[in-house]
Amino acid sequence: MTPLEEILQRHPVWRGGAAFSRAAAVPSGFAVLDGELPGGGWPTGGLTEILGLQQGIGELRLLLPALAALTTAGKRVIWLAPPHLPYAPALAAAGVDLARLAVVRAPGRRDSLWAAEQALRSGACHALLAWFRNASYAELRRLAVAAEASCALVALFRPREAAREPSPACLRIALEPVQGELAVRILKRRGALAAAPLRVPLKSPLHALGRSPSSPPASGDARARRSLGLPVHA
Amino acid sequence: MRLFGGLERLLERLREGLDAMELTTQFAVAPAARAAIWRSRGGGARLEELPLEVTGFDCGEFFRNIGISTVGELLKLPREGLARRCGQALLDDLDRALGTAPEAREYFLPPPRFAAKLELPAEVSHADGLLFAARRLLVQLEGLLAARHAGVRGFTLTLLQSEASTVVEVQLASPAREAGRLGRLLREKLATLSLSCPVEAIRLEAGDFSPLHARTAGMFGDALAEDEGWERLAERLQARLGPDALYGLATHPDHRPEYSWRRVEAGEWDPREFRHPGPRPLWLLQAPRPTREDDLQLLAGPERIECGWWDGDDARRDYFIARFSDSSLGWVYREAGAWFLHGLFA
Repeated sequence: MTPLEEILQRHPVWRGGAAFSRAAAVPSGFAVLDGELPGGGWPTGGLTEILGLQQGIGELRLLLPALAALTTAGKRVIWLAPPHLPYAPALAAAGVDLARLAVVRAPGRRDSLWAAEQALRSGACHALLAWFRNASYAELRRLAVAAEASCALVALFRPREAAREPSPACLRIALEPVQGELAVRILKRRGALAAAPLRVPLKSPLHALGRSPSSPPASGDARARRSLGLPVHA
Repeated sequence: MRLFGGLERLLERLREGLDAMELTTQFAVAPAARAAIWRSRGGGARLEELPLEVTGFDCGEFFRNIGISTVGELLKLPREGLARRCGQALLDDLDRALGTAPEAREYFLPPPRFAAKLELPAEVSHADGLLFAARRLLVQLEGLLAARHAGVRGFTLTLLQSEASTVVEVQLASPAREAGRLGRLLREKLATLSLSCPVEAIRLEAGDFSPLHARTAGMFGDALAEDEGWERLAERLQARLGPDALYGLATHPDHRPEYSWRRVEAGEWDPREFRHPGPRPLWLLQAPRPTREDDLQLLAGPERIECGWWDGDDARRDYFIARFSDSSLGWVYREAGAWFLHGLFA
């Protein structure tokens, strides 16, 4: 063994080329992503920023496998100030244990930042999903410190414009829809820079249906639809 | 008796203590407790000379008719006749007064509530000062609760101002007694308060004690400690943001999308009730949003939902999964010729 190899083995020397150290993480459930994320999944004990162009491109489906795994293991998940109603049937269908999920409504920016900090400091929250319209660097820094003290996965959903601002997050990803798929670009991570955007094979709602649409009916009653073999709930 | 240094010394100490509380008192001594009560009601007269009213017997009318007005005269009556006329209970009471029958008396228990007032040395108009003063009262409350092995589910702090008073109510998710925990909740409540004029005194009141057993904290972060941490978090969030600010989600057996979920207390969901629906979006819009047809590219559907005629809010919609021009996936439906966006496949 050469002295260099010996040193590298004995001391925790950070190497630029090697992507990551052994950081604590929750597997994301997507092999493509886990391979590029430090620790092999969503980092815990630090902020993860998810910057999306718009809503409805799969930003939640990206986190669902991790949330399902956490909740079924009895860990608690908090959704803080979500922009719409989190839809229980869809979450349950994805395998999330709803008994371990709580939604917190916070009217103002200060209240939501306060609630996020309380949740992280309580030690009883293992994943925090938060939607902040805007937050200053100092406020995010405060959250990052609280996140470090906890062992929680903290995902902050922020608008794409926030990518230009500095951030204390240990992972920042930008989401883009590309030909009906979700492309994830890692803007910042612990370790070396990531190169190309990753195509993440999300579970599409269309797979469950496996059918292309027929022309929209102008009118029709349930009996007619039944004879066509289309789903009817009545 | 020897412990207190004789009867006179004991009475003196009692009298001193009662005077300090500014209570009007009447002393009487008798070998039996019941006789002592009667004598004190009768102004300290001898037992035989007491009027019959002090005994509280309900045969007053009968005794008046036969010319009996004092306890002494009553005692001279033949026992058998008295028992026949007025019942055995009267005779038993007389025996207890004379000390010939034992009497089991209930021990006095302090009422299960707490009230204490604290005059502030100077007028206070900021929350920190109030909290500091209130902590002193909370420590007293903790002492009382610890002695009774109890906890409180809530307490009120009244802020007495020169003209008005403000009441701050704090509710807890589970019974608690630690002053630190109660103080933290109070701080969140006080932080949301705006005081019009300075506070001169505070009063802390708590009732409705419930039994609380001392629990030992786990050495490692075990599940019990975590549940407790969760309860405290829920309590703090609700103290500041309101009781509705924290909720859990549950599925509900109804085909209409807006009725197939419920807001529940966090943690209340029975997965056995869940029936797998068709593809459903993760975001549901608060209210369906009208959309233009040329913005949509239908990918899947229709799924007809026709239901709810029984409660007057019937729905008859054809749901499609559609891609919008900004490539987001939406859950749209068509009703009465118009398109509406109801959810997003986020």
